[in-house]
Amino acid sequence: MANYSTNEFKGGLKVMLDGDPCSIVENELVKPGKGQAFNRVKLRNLMTGRVDERTFKSGESLEGADVMELAMEYLYTDGDMWYFMQTDGSFEQYAVEKKALGDTAKWLKEQVSYTVTLWNDNAIQITPPNFIELEVTETDPGLKGDTAQGGSKPASLSSGAVVRVPLFINEGEVLKVDTRTGGYVSRA
Amino acid sequence: MSDWEPSASIETLRARAKLLARVRRFFAERDVLEVETPMLGQGGSTDVHLASLSAEARTPAGRQRLWLQTSPEFHMKRLLAAGSGAIFQLAKSFRDGEVGGRHNIEFTMLEWYRPGFSLTALMDETAALIYAILPSSVLPPSVLVEAPSAPKRYVDLKRYAYRELFHTHLDVDPFIASLPCLRRLAAERGFMPAHALADEPRDTCLDLLMSMVIEPTLGQGELCAVVDYPASQAALARRHRDGHGDWVASRFELYLNGIELANGYDELIDPAEQRARFEADNAERRELGFNEVDVDTRLVAALEHGLPEGSGVALGMDRLIQLALGKPRLSDVISFDTPRC
Repeated sequence: MANYSTNEFKGGLKVMLDGDPCSIVENELVKPGKGQAFNRVKLRNLMTGRVDERTFKSGESLEGADVMELAMEYLYTDGDMWYFMQTDGSFEQYAVEKKALGDTAKWLKEQVSYTVTLWNDNAIQITPPNFIELEVTETDPGLKGDTAQGGSKPASLSSGAVVRVPLFINEGEVLKVDTRTGGYVSRA
Repeated sequence: MSDWEPSASIETLRARAKLLARVRRFFAERDVLEVETPMLGQGGSTDVHLASLSAEARTPAGRQRLWLQTSPEFHMKRLLAAGSGAIFQLAKSFRDGEVGGRHNIEFTMLEWYRPGFSLTALMDETAALIYAILPSSVLPPSVLVEAPSAPKRYVDLKRYAYRELFHTHLDVDPFIASLPCLRRLAAERGFMPAHALADEPRDTCLDLLMSMVIEPTLGQGELCAVVDYPASQAALARRHRDGHGDWVASRFELYLNGIELANGYDELIDPAEQRARFEADNAERRELGFNEVDVDTRLVAALEHGLPEGSGVALGMDRLIQLALGKPRLSDVISFDTPRC
């Protein structure tokens, strides 16, 4: 991979730091009136998701990370691994470990397209679409007449997620949910 | 915003023009002559921490490498040696690689020289200029008192010695702390891994601590000056001994709202010392694997002829405009910043 100097660090650039692939979040030049210039950089570690701050002497460089983001459809799980397939017509499949799946585990639905982050051709992160439609598998029956008060109750969805929904929602209905907030949006 | 468009709004550019007019009025009232000096010079700044741009030019002497000036200092000092008296300039200056919220590769430097002025007198005049340019809404609430006697004194300019700031913020003496101690502290407080500082000299550690820990706290609610920098950070300033008997640089930096606005020197006038500093800079450049920069031998010749004793200061005009107009980024006050130039 190419090397990138601090001048070239910008949001979204993927670089290697301490052996892990990272994505640059922010880069600011700081320089005393006279003397050595530094770059104050925020990086997101793509393995842990943590954002760290690091200072570099201006002009230092980091190796680029071979990171790609591809759209893939979720296929199935055998309990150990989760299988995804590229949607570009190549039908290439990737097996994903639980660790890379992270919180996305509760938003999985077959035939939905996810963003899969690959590092050296291994899946390290799965990002769900912002909105997803899922069926309610379990919720208490709604109480008639309460709809106007706008109360809410928990509902389990087919993917395993539990979200707060309005009282009028019943089992078997399909809902639109925001995966970033875990919030109910509407009936689908 | 599509990228043919200016990075500053037309309204901002109108406000900028008014501020520049105010700067010219300030100096006209004080009989300081406006000058224009070349942006391209046969010599450049040898300062190890400034990266110069250069251009190949066809000149009467054949193909020559000419250096885009990192500040108008050398040419202005040659004017001083030629008897110009007090001079100022709004000069386009260039520093390679410097791009960010407070930096642009090409920028406007307000630089002026005051033969016969002490560093203190120039510090006061710099504060006066800032008070003349900035609207009262962005100035510290402290009261400005102008004494009737000359030179004018502005008592609300706080002065902090470099040593004192390190004592206050880091509980360390920058002049006597051991190098391993400074490296450890710089790594810890500067968000750098220890191994990255293992071979770094004192000044890198001090610069890191200054930039990351101290600078953001400077000039919060006050206009302040930092004085008595370590002698190794003298650049083109003279040196003197401070109250502790340590050699320090006779220079100041001025801060408002955590932003460094100006850098002033009691100017070095000794040609032998000037030549020695140029050579030391280039030796350090060789050691670090940086390009050497052609030394301005004509500046040395001008010093040999005789530069009047006095002080000079360089002020980041774009930053001052940024503060005056309350804009978050330097690009907001520059017609076309480097990414869209």
